[in-house]
Amino acid sequence: MTLPPAPKARLIVGLEIHVQLRTATKLFCGCAVRFGAPPNSLTCPVCLGHPGALPVLNREALRCAAKTAMALGCRILPRTSWDRKSYWYPDLPKNYQISQNEFPVGLEGAVELPRADGSVKTVRIRRVHLEEDAGKSLHDAPDATLVDLNRAGTALLEIVTAPDIASPEEAGDLAREIRRIVRYLGVADADMQKGHMRLEPNVNCAVELDGAEARTPIVEIKNLNSFRALEAAVAFEFERQTAAYLADPAYTLERRGKESRGWDEAALATFVQRRKEEAHEYRCFPDPDLAPYEWIAGELDELARETPELPQARRRRLARELGIGQGDALLIAEDRATGDLFEAAVAAGACPQTLAKHFINLWTRLAKDAGTTIAGLKLDAGALAELARLQTDGAVSATAARLIAEAMARTRAAPRALAQRLGLTRLSDRTALLPLVKEAIAANPKAAAQYRAGGGKAAKSLGFLQGRVMRLSGGRADPAVAAALLREELGPQLG
Amino acid sequence: MSVAELLTPAQVEAAARLARLLLNEGEAAAFAAQLAPILARVQALDELDTSNVAPLARLSPLANVLRPDEARPSLGADLALREAPDAAGGFFRVPRVLGEGGGA
Amino acid sequence: MSAIGDLSACEAAAAFARGDITARAAVDAIAARIERFQSRLNAYAATAVEDARERAEDLDRRRRRGEALGRLAGAVLAINDNFATARGVTACGSRMLAGYHAPYDAAAVARIVAAGGIIIGKTVMDEFAAGGTTETSAVGPARNPWDPSHTPGGAAGGGACAVAARLCHGGYGSDTDGSIRLPAAFCGITGLKPTYGRVSRYGLAACGSSLEQIGPFARDARDAALLLSAIAGHDPRDATSAPLPPPDCLVPPANLPRGLRIGFPRAGCERSCEPAVLASADDACAAFRALGARIAPLAMPLLEHAAACLRVIAAAEAASNLARLDGAHFGHRTAEKAPPGGDETEFLCAASRREGFGAEIKRRILLGTLVLSSGRYESCYAKALRVRRLIKEELERAFESCDLVLLPAAPAAPFKLGEKIADPAALLRLHVFTAGANLAGVPALSFPAGFAGGLPLGVQLLAPPFGEGLLLQAGHAFQQATDWHLRAPPGVAGEEDA
Repeated sequence: MTLPPAPKARLIVGLEIHVQLRTATKLFCGCAVRFGAPPNSLTCPVCLGHPGALPVLNREALRCAAKTAMALGCRILPRTSWDRKSYWYPDLPKNYQISQNEFPVGLEGAVELPRADGSVKTVRIRRVHLEEDAGKSLHDAPDATLVDLNRAGTALLEIVTAPDIASPEEAGDLAREIRRIVRYLGVADADMQKGHMRLEPNVNCAVELDGAEARTPIVEIKNLNSFRALEAAVAFEFERQTAAYLADPAYTLERRGKESRGWDEAALATFVQRRKEEAHEYRCFPDPDLAPYEWIAGELDELARETPELPQARRRRLARELGIGQGDALLIAEDRATGDLFEAAVAAGACPQTLAKHFINLWTRLAKDAGTTIAGLKLDAGALAELARLQTDGAVSATAARLIAEAMARTRAAPRALAQRLGLTRLSDRTALLPLVKEAIAANPKAAAQYRAGGGKAAKSLGFLQGRVMRLSGGRADPAVAAALLREELGPQLG
Repeated sequence: MSVAELLTPAQVEAAARLARLLLNEGEAAAFAAQLAPILARVQALDELDTSNVAPLARLSPLANVLRPDEARPSLGADLALREAPDAAGGFFRVPRVLGEGGGA
Repeated sequence: MSAIGDLSACEAAAAFARGDITARAAVDAIAARIERFQSRLNAYAATAVEDARERAEDLDRRRRRGEALGRLAGAVLAINDNFATARGVTACGSRMLAGYHAPYDAAAVARIVAAGGIIIGKTVMDEFAAGGTTETSAVGPARNPWDPSHTPGGAAGGGACAVAARLCHGGYGSDTDGSIRLPAAFCGITGLKPTYGRVSRYGLAACGSSLEQIGPFARDARDAALLLSAIAGHDPRDATSAPLPPPDCLVPPANLPRGLRIGFPRAGCERSCEPAVLASADDACAAFRALGARIAPLAMPLLEHAAACLRVIAAAEAASNLARLDGAHFGHRTAEKAPPGGDETEFLCAASRREGFGAEIKRRILLGTLVLSSGRYESCYAKALRVRRLIKEELERAFESCDLVLLPAAPAAPFKLGEKIADPAALLRLHVFTAGANLAGVPALSFPAGFAGGLPLGVQLLAPPFGEGLLLQAGHAFQQATDWHLRAPPGVAGEEDA
């Protein structure tokens, strides 16, 4: 029996990302933007949509939008303007959203994503535009929806990518890179827990069967609030759509068009959302209440000057100047302050490779335990450099460095002092190490015998015994001295 | 095309759904008949060649009207909810919403 | 001296400033007249006599203390029902907003009050300014004080009626499509639509956002200048408000500027109006000629398209602006329950709108929705925007050879209530001469220029943007040489106050 040829399916994903900008006030009125205020307390005639109230654009929001668009490599339109997009929802008080349809802030950019193999994936950015957010609807009550308009009118940046994403992981990587970028720029907190960043992937598949390629319907998954959900939802859709097409050859983009689905976090599955026939009839037209904005000569240059080095440029520079690998650089440059801390520690004399190992292996975990970033640990660059130096110079072992780092995070004491206080300075004195070597051999006769027998297992046995010595020394033993002593004590090998 | 053909009752009904407007019995036909002559006058604009004319949506020659990002006092929840047909616990209340979420 | 109620706004303010009258007496006199004529004319949608008395007494106290008071102090004024006020109802002539209290004052209202004006009530208008007769008002039509069986014109007909019938010293309306100028002409008073951007729209319940302006209803051009000066000027809350100081035209010079050129597209007018209207425009031209102006022929072939062009744009903007009236956050909410299994939120909205809106505003909303939908966007909405540019350019060309353009205000004399309300196409034609100024954003002054069958006729002058000073000067000069504006409707002027 021969199996039918396996279908080849390719994932096609574009992403819409909404980022709440970190402005003091809303996009078109002076109401403060604050998370957790009593419902409807941060509202005024403008954001409540009362008759006669008029919008006036927030200067800072416009600047943030342009900065981000430039950072994403977009072409900034010389004249940007606002449109009304009509749809009905109780948390959209005017029943239209002020957005940018025809002349967004930026068009046609690109983001570079580093890949594990050291190569770079480019995802094109179609557009970056500003729009106002809706309020929040609570569906907890059994018979009613409760509406809080505090968020209504908050400045949102919408970033739309081309369908260049080919895997769930790439979708997550792109979203994370966008978050890094807006944080580097300081235009957004992008706190996922607070809903500052919302992700809407458009997913479909190209399925190749019997030599012909078919496209499944484009499914928009609404309002995902975490990278994990994004990756899981995209992966789920890939499986679902491929299976749906194989079960029903009419499940194609041509026949079914676009669909809208929600994400069930508990079931880890997408589900059909009812969508009205007229849902795409937005009746966009230029908002007569808002003047267009024309960039003044020099203004964009000024914004560019205020723009810091971006994550990808920094990662490239770390590789070029300091020989830091791409994977390590991703973590080191995760946020701007952590990257700055790393570079300050290098400037203070740390060996970049040792320091990078500390960032990856020690500091990341400590920061995570403390619920912050590495920079958020508020340790001095000089102290980080000193710890790295102690290890590079052989004064402490890697194991000792970890213990010192933990103590530093707790006590903020200097590494050298901690090494002494905790007795973690390296033991390379032969007379001090010899009793430990003897003890290790005595306690592990099998390993000793295997070493002496020579052959394939000898090196591994020596390593094992070396580890015992390290443990007996509390991590202080100089590994090279310990190995030399072990060889001497174990005597010659056979064969 | 005759004037009556410019707008059918079915098109009025579709527009009413988009405009969230329930129509009374017979209104679709009546509105279609009343709006058709207006659309005929609009169709007469086709006499004018506008192939090289840009749309003029906003009159004001102004551009670049911005406000500083400085907070101003809000109304507060009491005043915000004063006119609400139904409110509870500081929220506007509407019947349970079905279907896809709002959000931008 | 005339009865206090018969005073113009300028006269009332001057009499108050001199101490000849108290503000309280002014309010009482006007209130007595409203009491007497309201049931016959239905000029006011709501009055606030007690508020006005309190405010008048406060002004009187402050004057006695010698405080400097604003230029409107002593004048009792009416405002259109679509100006947001923190006190009282802002219903916009609609059942949808019956009982709606706005949470704030419109910018114009705040300026009127700051200038010492006493607001005594809100005047009847077509529902959300959609109409030319006030017959679409939810509280019934206002009536023409010259003949109460006739329309006062619309949309802001109640305001024109109130000024003509001396039920206030002056008033304010909004003009989206002649809504000030038509009723001013029909009621025999002076009305000004300022340049787009001259007066803040903040707090004016929006209908045609790119078209409308707040402007005065006045007994004459001098009053119009006074009333405009109080509300004009930049407002940072309206992004379309021009950063210019108010026009300096408080007391317009009584003569015309030397060599003033007035363009009159007579042939175009003749095609679109009744003979009596054309005759009054001819007479007005003759009067201006006698004052030293040159009347220049003008071709304005696009004139006949202006009303349809404007209707498309106004309907699109109104459909969008009125979407906020959904029964969720304010305004009317239906008591009906959704049919079982239906979407309750959608039903709540759609049924509230069915109950809250009248037939004409529903037609406008439907038209606006149709022209913005993908099937008709290019052929209707975008087309209208392109024609709008052509019309604006046509006016700009006219202003290259002329200082002002003269047009009739309305194509016909006032007509009977009920006569045209069932004929939307005839109602559209009412706006043939007013639409151009709204489409182009230029200022236009409508003023009385004759009578037909005992009912007033008006003409209007259009000026280039921000040319209100010249407009008011020309209007004032005309009124120094004519007496149309001095005539009062029968049975309303010269009544004793007490």
